[in-house]
Parts: sequence; structure tokens; C-alpha cells
Amino acid sequence: MSTAISTEWVSICPVEDLLANTGLCALHEGEQVAIYKINPCEEYSQNFLYAISNYDPIGKANVLSRGILGNIGNHLVVASPLYKQHFDLFSGECLEDPEHRVKTYEVRCFNDEIQLKKSAQ
Amino acid sequence: MSKQRIIVVGNGMVGHRFIENLVDSPSADSLDVITFSEEPRLAYDRVQLSAYFSGSTADDLALTSEGYYQENGVNYVLNDKVVSINKSKKYVVTASGREEKYDKLILATGSYPFVPPIPGKDQDHCLVYRTIEDLEAITHSAETSKVGVVVGGGLLGLEAASALTNLGLETHVVEFAPRLMAVQLDEGGGKLLRRKIEDLGLTVHTEKNTQEIVAGENCRYRMNFADGSFLETDMVLFSAGIRPQDELAREFDLKMGERGGIVINNQCQTSDENIYAIGECALWDGRIFGLVAPGYTMAKVAVSHITGGTEEFTGADMSTKLKLLGVDVASIGDAHGNTPGAQSYVYTDEVNEVYKRLVVSEDNTRLLGAVLVGDVEVYGNLLQFKLNDMALPDNPEALIAPSVGDAPVMGMDALPDAAQICSCYDVSKGAICSAVQNGCTDVGAVKTETSAATGCGGCAAMVKQVVDSELASLGIEVNNNLCEHFDYSRQELADIIRIKGITTFDELLSEYGTGLGCEICKPTAGSILASYGNEYILKKEHIGLQDTNDIYLGNMQKDGTYSVVPRVPGGEITPEKLIVLGEVAKEYDLYTKVTGGQRIDLFGAQLHELPDIWRQLIDAGFETGHAYGKSLRTVKSCVGSTWCRYGVQDSLSMTIAIEDRYKGLRSPHKVKMAVSGCTRECAEAQSKDVGIIATENGWNLYVCGNGGMRPRHADLFATDLDDETLIKYIDRFFMFYIRTADRLQRTSVWLENLEGGLDYLKEVIIDDKLGICGELESEMTKVIGTYQCEWKTTIEDPEKLKRFSHFINADEPDSNLAFVKTRGQRRPATEEEKITAIEVVE
Repeated sequence: MSTAISTEWVSICPVEDLLANTGLCALHEGEQVAIYKINPCEEYSQNFLYAISNYDPIGKANVLSRGILGNIGNHLVVASPLYKQHFDLFSGECLEDPEHRVKTYEVRCFNDEIQLKKSAQ
Repeated sequence: MSKQRIIVVGNGMVGHRFIENLVDSPSADSLDVITFSEEPRLAYDRVQLSAYFSGSTADDLALTSEGYYQENGVNYVLNDKVVSINKSKKYVVTASGREEKYDKLILATGSYPFVPPIPGKDQDHCLVYRTIEDLEAITHSAETSKVGVVVGGGLLGLEAASALTNLGLETHVVEFAPRLMAVQLDEGGGKLLRRKIEDLGLTVHTEKNTQEIVAGENCRYRMNFADGSFLETDMVLFSAGIRPQDELAREFDLKMGERGGIVINNQCQTSDENIYAIGECALWDGRIFGLVAPGYTMAKVAVSHITGGTEEFTGADMSTKLKLLGVDVASIGDAHGNTPGAQSYVYTDEVNEVYKRLVVSEDNTRLLGAVLVGDVEVYGNLLQFKLNDMALPDNPEALIAPSVGDAPVMGMDALPDAAQICSCYDVSKGAICSAVQNGCTDVGAVKTETSAATGCGGCAAMVKQVVDSELASLGIEVNNNLCEHFDYSRQELADIIRIKGITTFDELLSEYGTGLGCEICKPTAGSILASYGNEYILKKEHIGLQDTNDIYLGNMQKDGTYSVVPRVPGGEITPEKLIVLGEVAKEYDLYTKVTGGQRIDLFGAQLHELPDIWRQLIDAGFETGHAYGKSLRTVKSCVGSTWCRYGVQDSLSMTIAIEDRYKGLRSPHKVKMAVSGCTRECAEAQSKDVGIIATENGWNLYVCGNGGMRPRHADLFATDLDDETLIKYIDRFFMFYIRTADRLQRTSVWLENLEGGLDYLKEVIIDDKLGICGELESEMTKVIGTYQCEWKTTIEDPEKLKRFSHFINADEPDSNLAFVKTRGQRRPATEEEKITAIEVVE
């Protein structure tokens, strides 16, 4: 979709700054966003970048970008580095405690850069 | 209501068990307990007495502590003997003149060694084998002796012989009967036991009746026997049986047996209803029970009766299984076939030195007794047939025949729930099954819950069978798969990685797993890869596997900041380095605390600060302390002979050498070590995974201790090792643990679940039973040769450093962090404090 208007997206960093199967944290519109890169895998997803809030609502700290990635059943997840609850990378939902749901963000790789979508004004 | 006063005379194994049972009873609060001991210490394990000569200390043998008695409100008086009883006024008087009133009096005075009335028996180097003081006297005598004789070839005599052999004496056993262990063994068993013992270099003399002990020519003494022969020796150790310690009861007119022993009824009461007798001083149905298990049962019965229960003592099984001088021996029930009509099955294998005899009833349906020498594996099964009077299989001989293919196993289902599995702690099959039903799904958990197999350990195999059988009948599949991504246990994955030479998680996952992995299997695989490959853990193939702490080489705290712990080997640090730590802590405002592992922890470092902090520390000569890793943490130490007046070895140099050797070693869980410079044990080595205690002659090695959540005293593994052997054993031990432990299983739990336990571990590490010690050593050599300080590697790589900032696209720190000062240092603000935002620094 090369027709996307560049002003709708904000570049964060070169995509090679994010190592496969790890996360990093970006400051985006005043919010902390955890961005992950996983090995694309047919079974789970064609995408390889995911973005959710960096704030762990259970551990109450900005740490989700530092968790381990993987899958639990059909869910693509990050495990909180504090107390290991799993957050679904698509929905932001906590698998152990569904009343906790973290915000998700749209993320893409464009011109070898990681970009986050601006929120609708 | 005033409390019921209970006095326990004697603080041996049985007296102590009585107190333990009393403390655990629901009526404990309404009882006031006081115990007297003529010995200078509280109860210790007399059954394990010979361990004293292979390096155990009096503390190792202790069954309890003053702390335990104090916590439970038990009064104890040592070194003071009860010398008189006033039955009508119900008080006792001690040797020191102390008077104490009682409501119930418990005589647990035990027994004393029988010394035959031989002229010359009272000389300086004629000793007995009963108390720790006796052992000290034996050790003292051995220093000036070359030859030692044990009088008595029974169970205790052979124990004593083992002790003399350990002390390096030329050892002889002199027995009056025609064979060794005449009570427990038949002729065939006694003959084989003798052969095995003589193979070990001891000399056995049977049918010898000692007439006198006179001065010797080449040795200190000469023993003259009735048949005209003689033996020269420097020391004589009498172990010719025990006699009940009953003089107090005799003097104060309790009913006695004709040949001694305090007569008791089924409630363990003596002829005075307020006085009980338990253990080896008590005579029940004309019998003295010289084993600890029946004594324990009596203790339980007496407590039951005093607290209103209905338990009765109805005799005890005298079957026994033990290892004498390394030889396995067991005896069950009617070992001699004295029952009218009894028939026998005998199996003899002279090549492998195994003897087994089954004594069965006339109709061949019930087991009456058995003798096992050299191979006692079937003891547990046979004992259950006997104790529960179960019908034998159609071909009883199969029970002792060498197993060809599938050995016949007794189905655990056939055992009644009441069957006693653990005699040390009186744990029934039913108790084990209900522990399993309540969620204990492995042997380790069952041991913790029920205490089964934690005494002599003889029932461990049986406990496992019961656990397995109960799990199966509950339909619980014992699944030790690591997680949904691998149908393998950690041990199996370690084998796969090691044998197939796998070097990355992706390779492992694509060949042996499914899905993407998770926070269970990734760090597990990462740890195994590091144990065998030892590559830089933040290398791009490995970085995604690292757990919370490893991935940023620091311990994440609750607010997402990290702690910084540089290595301080042995806790030895120069003033200059100490100043650097202080300066760094000051510059970054880090909360500073001394750790339990003798180093310094700096808390509250943010991601972006970590590289600068470590650069300064590395420049000052520090390296990473791996406090974040499932790996070797610290080696704790005392100052040893370098400073201490009591140190016997240079514990500090040893500590620094081994910390340097094993630093960075990744393992299934963290491992801790310590080295003490003498037996005072200031470094608390016996609470570590690997503990080393200096002796006059080298080092004693202890393994599988633990502090923390479930403390476990380390087991003595080997004694008086030289430096080289010590290191060799530790190398092997660690690599065997890495090879076989479960994920996050500390060495203590690992050992408890290891089939064969400590003996098996010794066979693997010391005797190289599996033939793998060469491999284990070369694996360790590889790890040591590829060590790197992960922080040094990291700060030298600008690419790696990019990850060390809170935001990839901004220099700001995490705005959610807030700190509060407490006692002059900052700590993370609580959520409440963040909201009120009062006195928040920064």
C-alpha cells in the first residue's frame, strides 16, 4: 500500500534497530508504546511487527516492551517481565485476567523504518 | 486450670520423639514439659553414629536444637541426671539436687553397652560404642593405636568395626557365635557377609570366647581366648549387645523383668500408672526392642494415652535393612525358619556375592521371613508381604530370582491403606495416597508433606511406587513436558542439545518443537545452550530467549528499574574498590545495601544509566556478578587461616579460586557456594548447593543444601579431599546437575527426586558408575575456557548499547518513575505516594 499518506504515520526508528523476537519502547504522542518484532509464521500471522501499550496494568510499571514473546495456544503473546501474565498482541487482552486490556497501536514497516500510526485528530 | 506437668527422663532418640509428638499434639498448650539428660547435648541420631568417623560432626547428627525446644516451650536440663523418684508425692530429684514435681513421668533412659565380665576389661584403651563421647574417646585412642578389635559381630559390632576401619586401624571382629549377625542372618547369609567383609581387609574370628585381656608383646594388649588362641591389639571395643538402662526404676520399685527391663503394658505404663517407660529401657511381653522404630511407636502410644487417645503398643516388627561397611544386609521376620513346617527358597550367586533366602509357611502361601545379603532391593516388597500377611504369588521364588526381562513387581494396589511404608516416621500407604490426592504429584512433594523417606531413606523406592501407582489410579498422567511447545522434559532437552550439538533455539524448535515458544521454554533452552555452548547471551540468536533479568543484565525491580551487583569474589574488596562503588552509587543516587552473599547491591538504576555505571565499574576492575542469571551467584567465605585464630585452611584463597572457576556458569537454577576455614562453619556452607569445610587434612565437601523457602542441610558428600579432587568432584557435580535437573529445580529438590539419592550421586560422581565423568569434566572445561564478562562485551558494542535506553526515539527517562527518601536513601514511591505526590524526589 505505497499510496499511504506519509503524514498519517510517524517514523520511530530503523527496523534493524529492533532485533527479531524482542521488543523496544517508543514515545508516541506522549504515550509509551511497546513495539515487537517476531518471526513471521503462517500459523499465527503474516505480520511481524506488533504494538501495544508499554504499561503493565498488573505490575503497574512501564515494562511490557521487555517481555518474552511467544504463543499460548492460538494467541500471539508477550509475557510481562514482572509477573509473567500474558498479553495478546492483537487485542491487548490479558489472558490470565481478561478485565485487564492494554491499548493496541497500528504499526508498520515502511522504507525500512518502523512507523506508528497517528491517532485520529 | 493449671497445666499438666510432664517430665521426660533421658533425651535420646526416643525421648526426643516423645517430646516432638507431644508438641505436635492438640493438647500441647495444656502441657508443661521438662526433659533431663545426663549427656551434654540434646538428642542426636545414634543410628548414624558411624558417620561421625566419615566426617559428620556432632551438629550433623543432632536431631533437634535448643532453639526448637525454646520455641515450643520445652524446658531442658543437660548434664544432670535424675537419681531419685518419689512415686507417692510425684517428684524427682536430680544429681545436682534439683527437685521437680510431675503429673506424668516418662522414663526414656535407653540402654547401655554390655561389657562381658572379662578380667582386664577396664583398661584405658578398652572402650564402648554408644555416645558421641565414646566416639571421641575412640578417636583419641586410635591416634596411638595400629590394631583394633571389636568384641561382638552383631549389627552394632560391625558398625563399630566400620568406624575403626575408617580411623585407619587394622581391624578384627571377634564373635562368640559361629557366624556374624547371628540374630538376623542364617548360616548362608552370615557366611557371605563374612566373605565380603574379609574382602575389605577386616579379619573375622568366630567362635572365640575371650578369657582375659593382658599386656601384649607387639601391641598394647593381648586377648586370650578359651580355645588357647590369642590376638594382639592396641584397642578393644566392646559391642556385645545392650542392656536396658533401668537402675532408676529398679531402685524405686517399679516392676522389672527377670533379666532387666521396665515392665510396661500396652499403653506403655509401668507398674505405677503415672510413670511410663519407652524405648530400649522398656520390657513389653518379655521383650526388649533394640531398634529405634519400635521406640518411636512407644513414644507415640505414650503421648496418645496421656492426651486421651486410644493407641496401643502391640509389639513391633524387628525386620531390618542396613549397609554395613558398604555391604547391603537385610533380615525380615523368622530369618532362621524356626516356625514349625517352615520351608525355604534359597538363591546364591557366588560370582556377584548375592545371597537371598525366603522363609515361607508350610502351605507356601505366606512369607514368614527372609535374609538378603549383597542385594536388598526386594526388601521393601517382601516386608509388606510379611507385615500385611498378604498371600504370596504362585511362584514365590520369582521374588528373589534374578530378574530376567520384567521382574515381578508387587502391585501397590494389593497393599492395604494401613500398611506402614516409612517406619521412621510411621507413614502409611494411605497417608501417602492422600498426599497425592491433595496435590503432591512427585516424590519430593510427598516427602515434604508426609516426612516419608526422610529418616533412614530405606523406603524411598517403595514411596515412589506408591506415588506412581496412586497417580496412575487417579488418572493423572505424569507429564513432565516443559510446555506446550515441547513434548520433552528439561532433562531430555538438555540431552538433545548436548548430543545433537544444537546451537540455537530456532534449530531446536524447528526440529523438536512446535509454535513460537514462550517464557517457559525460551529461557530454559537459553540456559541449556549457555551451559553447553556458553556464547554471549545477548547475541542476536539468543537475545529473545533471555528472561527478565538476563536480557538487560540486571535484576528488574518492581518499578522496572534495575539493581547492579558487581562480583566481589569471597567478599574480599579493597578500600579503593569500595570507594568506587560508593562514588558510583552517589552519582546515580542508587539505594545501597550489602547482600547476604557478601557483596553490594545498588538499586534503582534506569536502563539508560546501566552502561555508564558498568563502564565505571569495569574501569575500576570489577566484572559482572551474574546476580541476574540462573547461574553461580557467590561463594561465601570466612577469612580462614589467613586471619582467624581457629582456621585450619586458607578458605579465602579457595573461595576466590572457585568463584573465579565457576563464575558465569549457567544452570537450571541459581547455585550458591560457600567455604568455611574450619568446623565452626562461619560461612554457613551447609546451607549452600555446594559447601566446603576445611579439615586438618583437606576439605569436606557438602552438597545440595539450601536456605531460603525450604531450608535443607547439605549432605556430606566426601571428606578430607585435596584441592585437586575437590575441584574435580565439584566440576562433575555441577555438570551432572545441569544435565539432569528439571527447570528451576534447586540442587536440594533435585537430590530428593534423584532415584537412589545421595548414594547414587556418590556412585556417579566419585565411582564414575555411568562412565560419564570424563564428559562432565570436559564440558566444564569448555565453559570455563569460554567465560566472558557480559557487561564488558556489551559496553564495547555500540549496537548492543542502543537497547539500553527507555525510549528508542527519545532521550527522556520513564515518566512513571518516582522515588521517596527513607532512612537517607531513595526507594520506589508507592502508588499512593505517586498520586499524592508529596515529598517525591525528582
